[in-house]
Amino acid sequence: MIQRSLALFGGLFVLILVIGWVMGLPFTSSRLVEAAAYALIALGLNIQWGYGGLFNFGIMGFLMVGGAAVTFISFPVNPEFWGSDGPMMLGRALFAFAIGALIVLAARQAHRIGITGKWKGALTVLAWFVAYVLYRSQLDPAAAYIESAGGGWVGGLGAHPVLGWLFGGVLAAGIAYIVGKICLGLRTDYLAIATIGISEIIRALIKNMDWLTRGTLTVSPIPWPTPLPQDYQAGGMDIASSLIAARAGYLVLALVVLAIVMWLISRAYSGPWGRMMRAIRDNHIAASSMGKNVTARQLEIFVFGSVLMGIGGAMLVSFVQIFDPSSYQPINHTFLIWVMVIVGGAGNNWGALFGAVLLWLVWVVSEPLSKAVFDFVSYWSTNAGWGAIPEIEARSAQMRVFVLGLVITIALRFAPKGLIPEVVKREG
Amino acid sequence: MTEIIFFINQVVISGLVLGCIYALGAIGITLIFGILRFAHFAHSELMTGGAFIAFLLASAFAAWGIVTPIPTGFVVLPLAMVLAAILALGIDKGFYAPLRKRGARPVTLLIASIGVTLMIQGLIRLFFGAGSYSFFENEPKEIFRIDTSAIGSTRPLVITEPQVLMIVVTLVSVIALHFFLTRSRLGKAMRAMADNADLAQVSGINTALVVRVTWVIAGALACMAGTMLALDVTLKPDLAFNIILPIFAAAIVGGLGQAYGAIAGGLLIGFAETLAVFNWTMLFRPLNAILPDWLQLPAQLALVPTEYKLTVAFVILVVTLLVRPTGIFKGASS
Repeated sequence: MIQRSLALFGGLFVLILVIGWVMGLPFTSSRLVEAAAYALIALGLNIQWGYGGLFNFGIMGFLMVGGAAVTFISFPVNPEFWGSDGPMMLGRALFAFAIGALIVLAARQAHRIGITGKWKGALTVLAWFVAYVLYRSQLDPAAAYIESAGGGWVGGLGAHPVLGWLFGGVLAAGIAYIVGKICLGLRTDYLAIATIGISEIIRALIKNMDWLTRGTLTVSPIPWPTPLPQDYQAGGMDIASSLIAARAGYLVLALVVLAIVMWLISRAYSGPWGRMMRAIRDNHIAASSMGKNVTARQLEIFVFGSVLMGIGGAMLVSFVQIFDPSSYQPINHTFLIWVMVIVGGAGNNWGALFGAVLLWLVWVVSEPLSKAVFDFVSYWSTNAGWGAIPEIEARSAQMRVFVLGLVITIALRFAPKGLIPEVVKREG
Repeated sequence: MTEIIFFINQVVISGLVLGCIYALGAIGITLIFGILRFAHFAHSELMTGGAFIAFLLASAFAAWGIVTPIPTGFVVLPLAMVLAAILALGIDKGFYAPLRKRGARPVTLLIASIGVTLMIQGLIRLFFGAGSYSFFENEPKEIFRIDTSAIGSTRPLVITEPQVLMIVVTLVSVIALHFFLTRSRLGKAMRAMADNADLAQVSGINTALVVRVTWVIAGALACMAGTMLALDVTLKPDLAFNIILPIFAAAIVGGLGQAYGAIAGGLLIGFAETLAVFNWTMLFRPLNAILPDWLQLPAQLALVPTEYKLTVAFVILVVTLLVRPTGIFKGASS
């Protein structure tokens, strides 16, 4: 088993070297930084799916939350907003939200004053409606004001990006707690569909709340936690080596985060907590009859996994320096992560790590590779007199979706447990 | 009266059209769930693929110079449905049957269906690019404007020819499906297997045949839904990928495994989406004359802004899952 993993990681290393040789170091170094962030996200999913057996298909939502969080924390302060009436109006909207929440909570306690059954249901629906109208009546003018006169959007806080990563994790945890409270009682396939639905709601909100996230107008440049290539260039370095040096700095920071996370979750896996999680995953009825609080534990693991996704999403956004809500797609940000974990090996952290790096490289390389193949075929067919293939650029960009589908299909058929499967220890 | 006609144009017709498309897609998903017990994500690609098959056939018809009185998309629909059913059978044989034989869990099949989604989507984009196509490049899209001045309206009732045909075709196929499920031997076998697969097998039902028939029906209906959607709007590679979640919502709201529930759920979601973004001021504007000044209706009075239209389906889905997880009609549990 160890030999097999070592051989696979060795192969991966050779693949990275080959890509570095063919595509150049600047390209490869940024892909490696992204791969480290994706590895973090894949570890998050590995906790949820591999340790806990939870079917989270809403990864995209958590990545967006992380991205929005790091934008908010690390982007420079927008003085125009803070000088306008915007904060005051937002405060009123928050107040309206709190009152609405109180109304809903009060309606849920209506049985105490003797309103029960259908009447209580009707009252709850009415309370939700009143709360919604109250909140919208305060928020809509505030949003319109900020977007037109109050500086366009809220802006950032100008803090260090690493704080933004942490805040991304915290925010993702908060949202995961709410989502988990709502959805975790559901069966696997219902859970999958519900989490997809929630991630789409999150996407719609982030995309359209221009006053908070600037929506489709996008935010850039988001600062780096490590020195930028421009900083090295100011010191007299040439462009190519400044790119490599800056990305290497970022990569080191990302790898440190990854190593800490890896150490923590490996310890958690082999400890009593991890054993309990696996027991719940394999047979939750038996686990609950042993006195384990299945729902609470599942909520716990859902939140932990989502924290990693939030941090990973934040790292990706601060690396590319732009937060563009319309660039998030279920294929790139949910299904890709799933393929990483399944191909790598669900339940095995090294497997998830391996799958993340491998799949990310396959994902980015399949476009230039298929372009090369198309160019070759086109050359051949032109010579044969059949004419060239039209729109090679656009077509090869679509090939990676097909390649991703092919990889997952082959993996499910021939290595359903992944390339580095979970090692099941049996004592006694 | 103008306001009521406007309401009919904006809500009743578009809600009905959207509801029909959702319902046809949701029937396939719910049947597959009932028989094979897994959530089939690749249904969106069956819809898009079916629409592209119909589009190719329609283009071929146009190239041969065949002119039809009704839109060509509807003329080629039966043929396209047959081809889409064959495609669905092929996908099952190639991707899901080997996994089922190995005894894979429904979750594995769900992930496999996502793999199939990605592959088909990649192939469609490879061949057709990312642009959009229209069925009405060679023929006009007829629009009926029914004059309603007799009942005191200044606006006509507007409905397009594809929309009329779409509603009729959906109605016919739903009735046909109803008779198939309740009257024919095979339909009864399908319902028996959806109810209890093991019991159905020991009572001598040919389960392999039932599975094949399920795929044929699901593929044909998916092709119908996809083609209609493409006829109503435009044909593009992510045509159905964007609406697969509302369709799932429709199937779940109706109760997974319940064909009638899927129809009800589809119409419910379709109408809910159009009603939620409808600007109610347009309907109640005459009230402004009798309402006092402080209670005048604002210019915009929609429940949610238009850009959140698709999220309405998810909110309904989440609420349904919370309040009544089995759906309106009691759904199958696996």
